[in-house]
Amino acid sequence: MIGFLIQRVLQALMVVIAMSIIVFLGVYAIGNPIDVMIDPASDQALREALIQRYGFDRPLFEQYFIFMNNMLHGDLGESFIYRLPVLNLILSRLPATLELALTAMLIATLLGIPLGLWAGYKPDSLSAKAIMGFSVLGFSVPSFWVGLLLIMVFAVELGWFPSGGRGPTTEVLGMNLSITSLEGWSYILLPAFNLALFKLGLLIRLTRAGTVEVMGSDYVRFARAQGLSEGKVVGLHVLKNISIPIVTVFGLELGSTLAFAVVTETVFNWPGMGKLIIDSITVLDRPVMVAYLILVVFLFVMINLVVDLIYGQLDPRIRVKAAS
Amino acid sequence: MSHSPVLALPAETGWTRFSNFWSDFRQSPVAVAALTVVVVVVLMAVLAPYVAPQDPYNQEALDLFDARLEPGEVGSGGYVHWLGTDAAGRDIFSAILYGLRTSLIVGVMAGTLALILGTTVGLIAAYYGGRVEALIMRIIDLQLSLPAILLALVLVAMLGQGLMQLVAALVAAQYAYFARTTHGAASAERRKDYIEAALSTPLPARHVLFRHLLPNALPPLIVVATVQVANSIALEATLSFLGLGLPLTQPSLGSLISNGFQFLLSGRYWISIYPGIALMLTVVAINLVGDQVRNVLNPRRSR
Amino acid sequence: MSDAVLRVNNLQTQFETRGGVLKAVDGVSFEVGRGRILGLVGESGSGKSVTGYSILGLIEAPGRIAGGEVLLNGKDITRLRGDAMRQVRGAQIAMVFQDPMMTLNPVLKIGTQMIAAVRAHDKVSRKAARARARDALAKVGIPSPEERLDAYPHQLSGGMRQRVAIAIALLHSPAVIIADEPTTALDVSIQGQILAEVRRLADETGTAFVWVTHDLAVVSSLADDICVMYAGRVVESGPAADVIASPRHPYTAGLLASVPAEHEPGTKLPQVPGSTPSLANLPQGCAFAPRCAKAGPACTTTPPVQQFEDGRTALCHYPIEPVSCQPLSLTSTTYRSAS
Ligand SMILES: Nc1ncnc2c1ncn2[C@@H]1O[C@H](COP(=O)(O)OP(=O)(O)OP(=O)(O)O)[C@@H](O)[C@H]1O
Ligand code: SF4
Ligand SMILES: [Mg+2]
Repeated sequence: MIGFLIQRVLQALMVVIAMSIIVFLGVYAIGNPIDVMIDPASDQALREALIQRYGFDRPLFEQYFIFMNNMLHGDLGESFIYRLPVLNLILSRLPATLELALTAMLIATLLGIPLGLWAGYKPDSLSAKAIMGFSVLGFSVPSFWVGLLLIMVFAVELGWFPSGGRGPTTEVLGMNLSITSLEGWSYILLPAFNLALFKLGLLIRLTRAGTVEVMGSDYVRFARAQGLSEGKVVGLHVLKNISIPIVTVFGLELGSTLAFAVVTETVFNWPGMGKLIIDSITVLDRPVMVAYLILVVFLFVMINLVVDLIYGQLDPRIRVKAAS
Repeated sequence: MSHSPVLALPAETGWTRFSNFWSDFRQSPVAVAALTVVVVVVLMAVLAPYVAPQDPYNQEALDLFDARLEPGEVGSGGYVHWLGTDAAGRDIFSAILYGLRTSLIVGVMAGTLALILGTTVGLIAAYYGGRVEALIMRIIDLQLSLPAILLALVLVAMLGQGLMQLVAALVAAQYAYFARTTHGAASAERRKDYIEAALSTPLPARHVLFRHLLPNALPPLIVVATVQVANSIALEATLSFLGLGLPLTQPSLGSLISNGFQFLLSGRYWISIYPGIALMLTVVAINLVGDQVRNVLNPRRSR
Repeated sequence: MSDAVLRVNNLQTQFETRGGVLKAVDGVSFEVGRGRILGLVGESGSGKSVTGYSILGLIEAPGRIAGGEVLLNGKDITRLRGDAMRQVRGAQIAMVFQDPMMTLNPVLKIGTQMIAAVRAHDKVSRKAARARARDALAKVGIPSPEERLDAYPHQLSGGMRQRVAIAIALLHSPAVIIADEPTTALDVSIQGQILAEVRRLADETGTAFVWVTHDLAVVSSLADDICVMYAGRVVESGPAADVIASPRHPYTAGLLASVPAEHEPGTKLPQVPGSTPSLANLPQGCAFAPRCAKAGPACTTTPPVQQFEDGRTALCHYPIEPVSCQPLSLTSTTYRSAS
């Protein structure tokens, strides 16, 4: 188990390092590094001083180490636009995005698993076909477009929800959250549902495929031969078996949900990290770009790591393999 | 043993294979409808200059008097704007046709380049095996674990905006799917005895690659390619919507939708809804066609 | 015999396939009395497992029971639906499946699966259910049963898993147990133990068994009666000792001739020539005709069920004449009860 853990942590580290090199080369080395650090509009003396200080006259690999060293000390530079340390800026936006992503995952799970179970349990029924049709739409229709439709129908036409923004927030454990109030929910529901749609489609498919497979297995037939009720067959055998792929996807998709929040946040004007990165790409606020990319990759890798570990716990066959 | 598809199928001409394929494909009315939509969409895009009542790129042809006309109104050009006009007086129907053109060009171009790059990488991995394979597949897996939108963002951030940059970003975000598919199919084939035999004879590598490994990877590649073209179109639209793709002077469906977004709240829905419907139809139809192609090529998966 | 616990009458089970309707079970009839063991033999694909599944109502689309009845203590259970059928399964009729590797859920502990089986019919506490599960494991000779309850299936050998499946079948002391080749994964000495245990169970508790097997040696030492299946039909039935001593159907004779025990060592073992026909294209008339040495002109028409003395039947136009010599045993041991 320990060996398995170390191996996975090492792998994760490698990914983060590889990604940081790519981003470093991509944004710092290809672009003009000094432009990344300070506003191109600042005066010449300051530029010279900074070139000295950050060692942009040194060889590339040395620069990379300086960059990494600064990063490890929490110094990711300063945003041109907000005049704030990038790290603080991003972290201040993190709760909004996390809240949105987690709510979306929750919606996807609460709807996707029952729908997928049903579609897999009665694969030939009309309702199952309707569910599958919906899931195809869920992950082939671009999500920004669905977001627009949601706004048009539920905000503009019906007026049930606000068309964007985050509404009031309350501070919980140092984070500003909107899910603590009913009004906050009215703001988060539409964007969260929008963000959930893709996962929902995916989760329905996965759950259905797993259910169909398990329902056709010998051990389900054996369970029925023992007189287990259908509820017990589904609740015990099917759920336990499909929990493995579902936890995996849930975890992996949490990472991609953070990334896809970029789109939803733009559509619904949700003040999270995603909105921040889009804004900074359009105004070329490079320190923010770099920091965001590295941070998201880091989050992503961490989530994958945790999912891997949970996965090992869920599937006894993998646990044995890892131990030996 | 007759596990070589190349040896086993000489009697089957391309035509009989195609007609078999078609008779299986036809089984699903939904797929046939989707294929019809795809054909119509492609035709409309190709024939845009002849079908469209207006050239939306031609700034001089636009008249501000025609701005924000509702669907069905007649503009100064004397013809009906069936889908209305935008803030600059652009006929939405014409804009959609031209937008489709751009979207399809970007999608097909990115899909094709990703196919070529991915297949090459996958074949190289499968052909050489060993450390080369391990290294390549490691990178591919890593890339596949990152969401395409994130990779595209990285690239747009690095390369800046424009058509070529956009295509490059899409290719980089998608070639890995092709690489993994090719590698999977080709390396399964490679493990078979007769390929081992072919590898040990002085046949040129090209022969093994193209006569044995590639044909085996072809059916799954066709499926992936279909889906990836749809994904490219959707991803391009998304990036353009975010303002990171193509400018409005070169509008794709994504930028048209983005352009109309600000008017949505004031009730002028048509400026973004109609391009959106065109986008949705295109993407869903291609996906449905891809699904059916997958079912036909891999009967084990279909029920 | 009206005291049969289980009586199968003209059972028909069919599968809709692309190539047409497959009659996997085509008019099978047999009965098992209290405390008796019926050996159901036949080549691979003859429909033994499908018969078992049909009795428990476990046939799923594209299959269906097209006709016949399954009488459990005189009551037709093919008509039961939903919860009524569920209450029969496992409680009154249990089944041990053929492949021990597939019958247990790989991601659930043995204990979890057994507790669920106990509680499917008896509303007892988890703890009590666990105790019963442990006792059942001990009964089938599984060492340190308490620890096994916490094991996952893959941590057990095939033989162990098969015994777990048998233990599950025994949990509710059902009236009938259908055992689908339950000893094929076991080695000979353990097989012996299990067979002796089964015989004892049948004699002491009155449990009736349908023992599905390829192995005629097992049948001859264990079963009271025999049913020989071929291509979905019962081709011969009767008391086990009589059928083995003097088969009336050419197919049974062929099967018996290929059993090693009866055969001179050193000479080649005769096989039934040819191979199992595909259900999709059975020959007209007798399905066995292409492989039958006795086949004659009438064999292109469906053979009648010939009834003989002492309850024997054969599905054949030209049944073999009975031999009147001492009944011979295929093995030295016998688990058959004296009765
Ligand atoms: N789900 C199914 N769909 C179609 N045909 C089936 C299905 N299940 C069983 N059959 C057919 O029914 C026939 C009888 O199968 P069955 O499993 O009962 O044979 P068996 O006598 O148990 O053989 P074995 O000794 O190999 O276990 C076979 O020809 C099989 O192909
Ligand atoms: S009916 Fe004819 S073919 Fe069939 S078993 Fe009897 S003798 Fe042989
Ligand atoms: Mg069987």
